[in-house]
Order: sequence, then structure tokens, then C-alpha cells
Amino acid sequence: MESLRNKISGRNIVAILIFLFLLTAPFYMSSFRTNMISKYMCYALVAIGIDMIWGYTGILSLGHGVYFGLGAYCMAMYLKLESSGTGLPDFMTWSGLTELPLFWEPFKSPVISMILVIAVPTILALVIGYLTFLNRIKGVYFSILSQALAAAMATLLIGMQKYLGGSNGLTNFSTIFGKSVYLPAVKSAMYYITLAFLIGAFVICSILVKKRVGKVLVAIRDGENRTRFMGYNPAVYKVFVYCLSAVLAGIAGALYVPQVGIISPNDVNISPSIEMVIWVAIGGKGTLIGPIIGALVTNFGKSIISENFPELWSYFIGFMFIFVILLLPGGIVSLKDVPRRIINKINLYKEKKMDNEKNKKVLAKRQHN
Amino acid sequence: MELFISQIFNGLSVSSILLLAALGLAITFGLMGVINMAHGEFIMIGAYTTYVIQNIFKSNVPEKFFDTYFIVSIIMSFVIAGIFGLILERLIIRHLYGRVLDSLLVTWGVSLVLQQLARTIFGSSNVSVIPPSFVDNNLKVTQLLSFSYKRIFILIMAFICVALVAFIMYKTRAGRNVRATMQNRAMAASLGVNTNIIDAGTFAIGSGFAGIAGCALTFLGPIGPTIGTSYIVDTFMTVVVGGVGRIVGAITGSFIIGMGTSSFEFFTSASLGKVITFIVVIILLQIKPKGIFTISTRSLDD
Amino acid sequence: MKSFMRKAFSIFTAAAITLSLAACGGNSNETEGNSSSTNSDTVKVGILHSMTGTMAMSEMPLVDAVEMAIDEINENGGVLGKQIEYVLEDGASDSAIFAEKATKLLTSDNVATVFGCWTSASRKAVLPVFEGNNGLLWYPVQYEGLESSHNIMYTSCPPNQQAIPAVDYLYENNKGDDGKLQLFLLGSDYVYPRTTNTIIKAIAEEKVIEIVGEEYLPLGHTDMSTVLTKIQQTKPDAIINTINGDSNVAFFKQFKDAGLTANDIPIMSFSCYEEDIKGMGAEYAEGHLFAWNYFQTVDTPESTTFTEKYKALYGEDRVTGDPIQDAYIGVYLWAAACEKAGSFDVDKVIEACESGEIEYMAPEGLVTIDPETHHLYKVARIGKANAEGQIEELWSTDERIKPDPWLTGYSWAAEAGLGQ
Repeated sequence: MESLRNKISGRNIVAILIFLFLLTAPFYMSSFRTNMISKYMCYALVAIGIDMIWGYTGILSLGHGVYFGLGAYCMAMYLKLESSGTGLPDFMTWSGLTELPLFWEPFKSPVISMILVIAVPTILALVIGYLTFLNRIKGVYFSILSQALAAAMATLLIGMQKYLGGSNGLTNFSTIFGKSVYLPAVKSAMYYITLAFLIGAFVICSILVKKRVGKVLVAIRDGENRTRFMGYNPAVYKVFVYCLSAVLAGIAGALYVPQVGIISPNDVNISPSIEMVIWVAIGGKGTLIGPIIGALVTNFGKSIISENFPELWSYFIGFMFIFVILLLPGGIVSLKDVPRRIINKINLYKEKKMDNEKNKKVLAKRQHN
Repeated sequence: MELFISQIFNGLSVSSILLLAALGLAITFGLMGVINMAHGEFIMIGAYTTYVIQNIFKSNVPEKFFDTYFIVSIIMSFVIAGIFGLILERLIIRHLYGRVLDSLLVTWGVSLVLQQLARTIFGSSNVSVIPPSFVDNNLKVTQLLSFSYKRIFILIMAFICVALVAFIMYKTRAGRNVRATMQNRAMAASLGVNTNIIDAGTFAIGSGFAGIAGCALTFLGPIGPTIGTSYIVDTFMTVVVGGVGRIVGAITGSFIIGMGTSSFEFFTSASLGKVITFIVVIILLQIKPKGIFTISTRSLDD
Repeated sequence: MKSFMRKAFSIFTAAAITLSLAACGGNSNETEGNSSSTNSDTVKVGILHSMTGTMAMSEMPLVDAVEMAIDEINENGGVLGKQIEYVLEDGASDSAIFAEKATKLLTSDNVATVFGCWTSASRKAVLPVFEGNNGLLWYPVQYEGLESSHNIMYTSCPPNQQAIPAVDYLYENNKGDDGKLQLFLLGSDYVYPRTTNTIIKAIAEEKVIEIVGEEYLPLGHTDMSTVLTKIQQTKPDAIINTINGDSNVAFFKQFKDAGLTANDIPIMSFSCYEEDIKGMGAEYAEGHLFAWNYFQTVDTPESTTFTEKYKALYGEDRVTGDPIQDAYIGVYLWAAACEKAGSFDVDKVIEACESGEIEYMAPEGLVTIDPETHHLYKVARIGKANAEGQIEELWSTDERIKPDPWLTGYSWAAEAGLGQ
């Protein structure tokens, strides 16, 4: 009985409603909107990863655009080769290359490309994570370090015009696994694949946080040294969760590319990385469902508002960031607590009033005496 | 040899610009722990203030006194940016003490709003500021070796500002109160320091120094709604590398990054120079996880 | 009890979110309902430029120019008897957003055509969208060439109408005493400067030109001290400047502060126009060279009325220039093509453009759409900035140059691997 009640908790109901909405969306939304939602589901996937390291482990990374970008670039390199046929990708010819660079070779095979989509972000996360967490770089220092990483990555990509398309990024893909990316069937397949990954990530992470490892992560967040004194090595757990979030970001990037049709250093840089964190904060960190809501609502809001107010939309978005984080520290998810907060406030007020009256009575009594 | 000296000067100049831009951050971030992503926008406010003051002088003051606009601008940039800082602190930041990372996200929203505000008021194009004539020259030593007065002026200005901050922080009662509040708020409060006023004042002063940086940067760079964004990464790295909470840290940080950027750039290219500097910073943090100068503390979890 | 209330509330919240999302989607369905972009008396077009972010500074004046052209055409009775109505979208200086908004304009708003984009990155991002949905884009900025899409009309110039004549000009006029032209190539780190410089290096192989330096700055870079040291060290005869946007201001300011003048080393700029000069202050640009197809000072009746109107609408302190003009003429060329086609249908309009008869008396002079390449026949001009921040024409080609984005007319291009 207890376990059943746990299973139909408010959070799970919200999750099911959202996934139901996502499942049925293509049936009543235009293909343009469906494609947008699909893009936002990729963002939601990144957000789940960030929630794991920030919400649960307390590490704020401002450089997840890097991992998103790595996954996306791996996928894009495969797509680019496929759509260039036997020739060189177009940007290489403009830049005067006559031969395919060696590091492009593995991307001729779809299987190896898919493996690299996961492997490349993992390896980088492993190296960076291993070094930084073993050296006990924490808190703000890690945030700034990851920010530097994003800036370095973006600048590097921009400088590699010959090899990776520079600031233009990689674009103009025609086919994926031999099928045209413009086919409605391919588009809806991509939509449901993305959704499947999102649900999968949500379920896996939900299970993970209930297990011992999830509890250790929360322990690290709440008291790293205490956890260490209890015999756990925080660095190992931190590296693990950092890699996990990097993999999720990489997969999200790989799903993003064929649907949006472009990946450029812009998407790797600092501002998209910070925005990723903001989705989590707006949705509600440490809840797993919050980041999904945050990514969907923030981006949908941004698109709709910027369509209607192309010149003034940053005001709306800016104020939204400010108000949500200021007034709802738990994000949108914590809206459910608002009635309770109000009731508590009222009760507090009543108590105060009663206290006051009591005091008055006492005072009056004293005076009377 | 000439090349060497001129490259040293370039490095010093870049460092001084960074130091000036990061000084306000060393106060708001270093001392108070507020990650103010809108710091760049305070630099922008300073630059636009200079532009407005210049326009007022252009139409109201006889031409021979025109140069004095710059002195007024320095003061007004400090005041206006300080006022904006005060408003921001009272309205938003004060609710976020203790929620360090949330302050980062909120101020990111603030920076979006301030950028758009500048665009609404001044238009999206860059505006131009005419520098005062006394800096509009350069000191020519040999054919290859010349020092721009503007850069020398910024170097001196950075020096004066640092001295000023150091004086306030270490030699005055107010500064002692600030440091006391930041190090142990409860203790300071119980000894009669009004921590609310200290918070607001410190944040305003930090923002004011960003304003001064904006005023000085009108010499060298563009003045537009997005100028703040180009400084935000560099300034945060400056403060972090040097060590949070120490003025000497900010000086060292700016020196390392400034010298690093310009020498790497000299030997490679501007893009690669930047990348190498970032990587050096990442490596440096591995060795010194809390920056070069740290405040020694006995606490374990902070 | 409490937990029940919480649960009920969370369901309510979720439902509200779902409904509002669905409502947003539903709205767009309605617009998609009308499959044609025209109703009885208006025709819908899109304007897609960055209105926020780092590129807003460059692109906002172009929005003004397009709006001005649309208003003018509407005052004169519209196109094919219909008034033009425009949908404004913000690309936010981000390629992915450009692609999203282009899709929205083409599939939800069903616009007849789109005027927009500035950076090559944004154009490359929307290109597959326009080709996939069979839309029509009018692109108003000089660029690196090596492109001619069926679905894009390029109202500015490829290198053969700007960069190549400019190098020829420098070769004629700025050679050193030894008969050799030494050039320093300086640009922002993105595709236009890099490709243009590749072209210039290919030309250098042919002529007695030596490239003494080549530097790329990250976009938004503002410290030029090291680059200037490199320039002073190599002492070129001229600098080819392909810096974009903000960094131009920093470069010209610091160039002067380093004690360099236009007499010592003239800067030939490809990506910097009157608007940028206004943003840095005229004194910094004075004496330097600029290569374009149009300057505000070009002395034609069309140019005078164009500039006067623009100033009257948007303020006396505003200036016009090549990209602004190219955005403006795009609207007129589209209107002319529609009139010729007798329809707003994209295929028919493109067919009309490819008739070779679509021309317009632009502020810069007569321009004609080249049927093969979708670019314009144009005159190339070189000018020198004066003390007022205006560019005065020094030299121009006698005839209009045929656009050649693929550099088919140049033997060195094939050798350097450029072209098709």
C-alpha cells in the first residue's frame, strides 16, 4: 500500500501528464511547432543531466554547452559526410583543403559515429572531471573553470574553419541513414526517438537517485567533508555524475542536429551554457521533472514571446528569469507549495494577531491592576 | 629589444584594462560572494554616462573647457553606476545572500534587461565619444617604440583606483566594517555594525568602480549595448585566478591573464592566444584550486 | 489531507501548463490554415534580422531600410494592386534561431518572400530551410561568394565586385618603391574574412604582391595592441581590413593612438561603412579607404532622395550606406519581379528574376539581376573617408561588373582550389 502511494506521488502524475502531452502533440500541432517541441526535448535531456550534477550533487557547471556541442558535432560530421556523397564537404573546398582530414575518417561509418557521439563527451568529461574533482576544485571555482572551458572550446571551433566549418558551423544536411531529413516520416521518427531518450533518461535518473549512489550524491551536496569522513570518495562519485550529465548532453546534441539542421560554435559558448542552467533553475532543481518543465516552458515562452515582440522580448525573458528565481526558489515545480505557503503565512498572521490580542489583554489586566 | 619593450608595455596595458574592469568585481564577487553576471552591464552604464556627459558639454560648455568633461565623466560614471548597483542590491541581491549560485542566474536576467534598456534608450548602434585632447597623442621613443597616452592614462587610472580601494578597505573604519561583515556577519552585527548598510554600500561601490572602467574604456573600444559581454569572462577569471577576496589577488590575476594573452597572441594568433590563456587558467586552477592568494581559514566546509 | 491538496494542486498546475502549451500550438494551426500568403488586398512578406545580441548594431538599420521601401511601395499602390504587410522576426544573432524563425516565416506565416540575414553563418543556416520549403530570400550584405542558391537573390556583391577591384586599385596606387605591394591581411575570425583572404592570397601569386601578415581576431575582440605591434613591425604598404562589427571601432581608435596615420599605412576596409564610422567618430576613419558599391555621397538623384527620406524618417543624425541601400533595393527588385511574373508565387517570381529583365534604378545606379547567378550587375567603387565621417568616391569601374561568385573568370581561382 505504502509503495503504491509512493508511486502515484504528485511528481509522477505530473511526469505522466507531460509525457502524454508530448506523445500526442504531433497529432494536433503543426509540423513547425512539433519540430520546435522536439528541439526543446533535446534541451530537456541536457537539463536532466544538469539537474543530476547541480540539483543533486551541488556542482554548478557553466560549460555544458561543450558536451552538447561535442555530441552535436560528432553527429553533424557524420551527416555532413553522408550528404556530401563522395566529394569533400563544401566548406573544405572553400578553405582550400583537397583531402579529407584524418579525424573525419571514422565518421564515414554510422555505427562508429554513434559510438563517438557518446564516447567523445565522456572522455573529455572524464579527463576534466578527474583532474578537477581530484584536485578538490569546488563551488564557484569550478563554475568559472567550466565557463573558461566553454569559452576556450567556442574560440577553438571558430578558429578551425578549414576542419570544422568555423563560425558557420556545420549545416546543410540532406539525409540521415539514407533517408531525406525533410520526409515527414523521418521527422516524426526523430520526434519519437527524442521522446524515447527523454523518457529513458528520466526513468534511469529517477531510479538512480533512489539508489545508494543517489543518496551519496545528495550527501556530497550537503556536506562533502562529512561524506569523505564516512569513507566515501566524493571525487569518484562526482566524476561519475559529471560524465553521466556529459553523456546526456552529448546525446541531446546528437538528436538536436538532424532536427535543427545546424550546429555552430554559438551553441557551445557561454550564453547557451548559462541558459541551460537557467532552465533547470526555472523548472525546479533537484526534482528531475522540474528541468523538463523548465526547458519546455522557458523555450516555448521565449519562442512565442519573441515571435510576438521581436524587439522587446529580452525584457520579458529577463524579468521572467529574475522573478521566478527570486520568488520561487524551488522553480515552477514548487508552485504546488504556494497554497501551503499562503496558508502558513495566514496562520502566522493569525497567530501574531492572537498573540497581540493576548498581549493587549495582559497589558490591560496589568493596567487594571 | 624595441619589440620586447613594446610587447611588455602591451601586456601591462592589457593587464591594467583588465584590472580596472575586474576591480569592481573583486569587491562584489570577491568580498561579498555575489556572482554578478551584470557586471559587464555596469561597465556599459559607465560608458554611456560618459557619452551623455560629453553631449551635455558639447552643447552647453565653451569649447576650450570641453576637455574637463572627462573629469566630470569619471565622477558621474562612478555615481550613476553606483546608484544602479544600489537599486539592484536593494531590490534583488539582498534576497540572495547565501544563495550564491542563484545570484548568478538572476543577474544574468538583469544583464539581459539592462542591455535591452540601453538599446531602447540609445539605439542599437554604437555611439562615439571624443577623447579629451590631452590624451590624444602618443609618446614616440623610436620609430618602432611608441606609447599611447591613452594607455598610459588607463595604467595610471587603474593604479589610482586600486590604491583607493586598498586605502578604503584597509585603512578606514568603513573598510574594516566591510571586511568584518564579510568574514563573520553575525559577529559583526552583534558588535554594532549595520550589515544592511554595509552590504548595500559595498555593492554600490563595486558597481561604481565598474562604471569608472566603462568610462576609461571609451578611449579604446566601441560603446554599444553589448560591450559588457566581452569583458565578463575575462574579469571573472581575473578575480578567480588571483584568489577571491584579496586586492592583491585581482592585481596578480590581471597581470597573469593580461601578460599571457598578449604574449601568446604575439607568438600565435589572437584566437589561439585566447584559447591558450584559458587553458593555462584551467591548469593553474588545478594546482591552486582557490586561486593564487587565498585567505587562510580553519573551516572545512564553506 | 494536506498531501491530497498538494496532489490536486500539482495536477492542476500540470494541466494548466499542458493546456497553455497546446493553446500556443493550436494558434499556429489556425495560421497554417490559410495556405496562401495573400488574401484579398494584402501580401505578406517576412523581415528576418537580428534585433538583439551582438549583430543588432549592424542589422537594425537594415530593418529600417526595408520598412521604408515597403511603405514607399504601399504609398504608390502596392505590388500587383496589393498592399505589402510584413512580419518581423528576430534572429537574435544566433544561427539556430535564424533557422527556426525562417521555418516559421515560411511554414506558419506563409510569406511570399523574406528580406534578411547579415552574417554568412546566418545565411548558411537558413539556406537549407529556404531550399527545403521553396522560399525566396533577399540577402543584402557583401559576402565571400562561392554560392548561388536557386532560392536566394543576392543584392550585394561577391568578391569580384568589391575585393578584387580593391586589390587592383591598391596595386595601381599604393605600391612601394620597389614596385612590390606589401599587404597585411586583418580580419575577424569567421568565414568571410578567411575566404576573402584566401582569394587575395591567390591573386598575390599572380601579381607582385607580398602578404606580410595575416591575422584573425575573435568576434568582439577589443584589444589591438599586439596586432598593431605586428603591423608596425612588418610595415606593409596597406592593410586589408575585413574586421566585422564592434572590433572595427577598437581597431581604428587604437590604430590612431599607436601613432599611425592613413599616410603611413592606409587601411582598405571591406566590412566597415558609414554607420560604423559614425559609431567610432569621424576623426579615426579620416583618410582611410573603403571599398563598396554605394556610398551616401554617390551623386545621383536617387541617392539624394533616398538619403533624405531615410534621415527624415529615422533622424537627421542617421547615415545610409551600402548594406542599407542593398536591403532597400531588394524590396524594389522583388516588387518588379512580381509585377513581371504577374504573381507572388515563388517559382514564378524566380523565373521572372531569371529572365534577365529585372532591373531597378537604385541609389547606386542601375542594377540588373543576373539570370545565372542571382547576383546583381554593379559598379565597384573605392572611396576615402573625410572629416565628416562620409566616404568620398576616389575611383570607380567604368562599366557595371558582371557578378562572378564562383570566380570562373579568373585563372588563379582554379589553381587555388577555389570555385566549382
